[in-house]
Amino acid sequence: MKQTERMTQHPLTKYLRSERMPHIWCEGCGNGILLNSFLTALDELKVDLDKIVVVSGIGCIGRAAGYVNVDSFHTTHGRAIAFATGVKLANPDLQVVVISGDGDLFAIGGNHFIHAARRNIDIKVICANNFNYGMTGGQYGPTTPLEAWTTTTPYGNIEHPFNLVHLAAASGAVYVARWTALHVRRLKDSIKKSLQKEGFSFIEVISPCPTIFDRYNKRGTAVDVMKWFKLISNVKHGHDPAKTEITKSQIMVGEFVDVERPSYGRLLRDMTKKVQEKLKEKKAK
Amino acid sequence: MVLSKKLWRTPLDTEKISLPKAEITIQPDLCKGCDFCIEFCPRKVLEKSDQLNKRGIYPPKVADESKCTICGFCAAICPDFAISVTEKKCKEGCEDEK
Repeated sequence: MKQTERMTQHPLTKYLRSERMPHIWCEGCGNGILLNSFLTALDELKVDLDKIVVVSGIGCIGRAAGYVNVDSFHTTHGRAIAFATGVKLANPDLQVVVISGDGDLFAIGGNHFIHAARRNIDIKVICANNFNYGMTGGQYGPTTPLEAWTTTTPYGNIEHPFNLVHLAAASGAVYVARWTALHVRRLKDSIKKSLQKEGFSFIEVISPCPTIFDRYNKRGTAVDVMKWFKLISNVKHGHDPAKTEITKSQIMVGEFVDVERPSYGRLLRDMTKKVQEKLKEKKAK
Repeated sequence: MVLSKKLWRTPLDTEKISLPKAEITIQPDLCKGCDFCIEFCPRKVLEKSDQLNKRGIYPPKVADESKCTICGFCAAICPDFAISVTEKKCKEGCEDEK
């Protein structure tokens, strides 16, 4: 009760389940910043809270579904997009947002991601990329950079990482952007833009992981990591997603893809209408 | 090089316009001590407090509220929803009320 009283002072309180605050995320984690930007975007768009659904998978950022004060779904590992697809097709009036991590969306849920993007299902995917599996103790994942030290790569990682924005753009997403946790305003604007757009949109948020990944790789405190992001990030809108690999010296950020394509839901409704009309004609004969 | 000539002028409407005043609300017990707000404030309004909070860390405190321009970056970058900035409502004690 005391905590609820305290939370009432913050302007975003009505979007949060304040009895669950403070959240479990570590100090300096980018997940809190992502959630803050998302809620600010909702606040500025004045979205009807009954018309929005947040779906999340497993991982640190998976807890986001439990913290937002809208209808939400904390799904099984890797299946966030599969659940979100079902929600969107069952009730097309709802705005469906998937907030999940890199391990959830691209390791176990990789196939769901590429096929949802190919079908252009009208869901918004926001991915917090911290380069490892933070919740389980820092194992390497599909986005871990080469030579990075994790608990399961004690001599350095020898696997090439995914370039998530390139993957999303190649799979057919209509809106693709990447920001770091430091670019809060631009991230918020990107989320707003994607919420107003029809089709599959993907936003990658490079997030610091000061307790696990950054500590193992000797990157210093969360503030040091954010300063490093500031130093090496390079904003280039409309840049070729194939050339946006994250290296030690550069993180290319910006809006890379912004195109129009009919969404799966629209095509499905049009097709249903067409078939029903044909059936009616047949019956009339 | 020392500039002998002043390269700027005082705006003509300085006396007519009153600058908005900021009201910074910090909830110390929600803070986890990441220091983003202190580090990335463009006007260096915040500093580390010398009092521990419930978690045993030093939360930020307001050093000079008059320097704040209500950009709201501290509130936007706070991962713990512990800080918010609003414009001070002018009641009594707020000079040049219009």
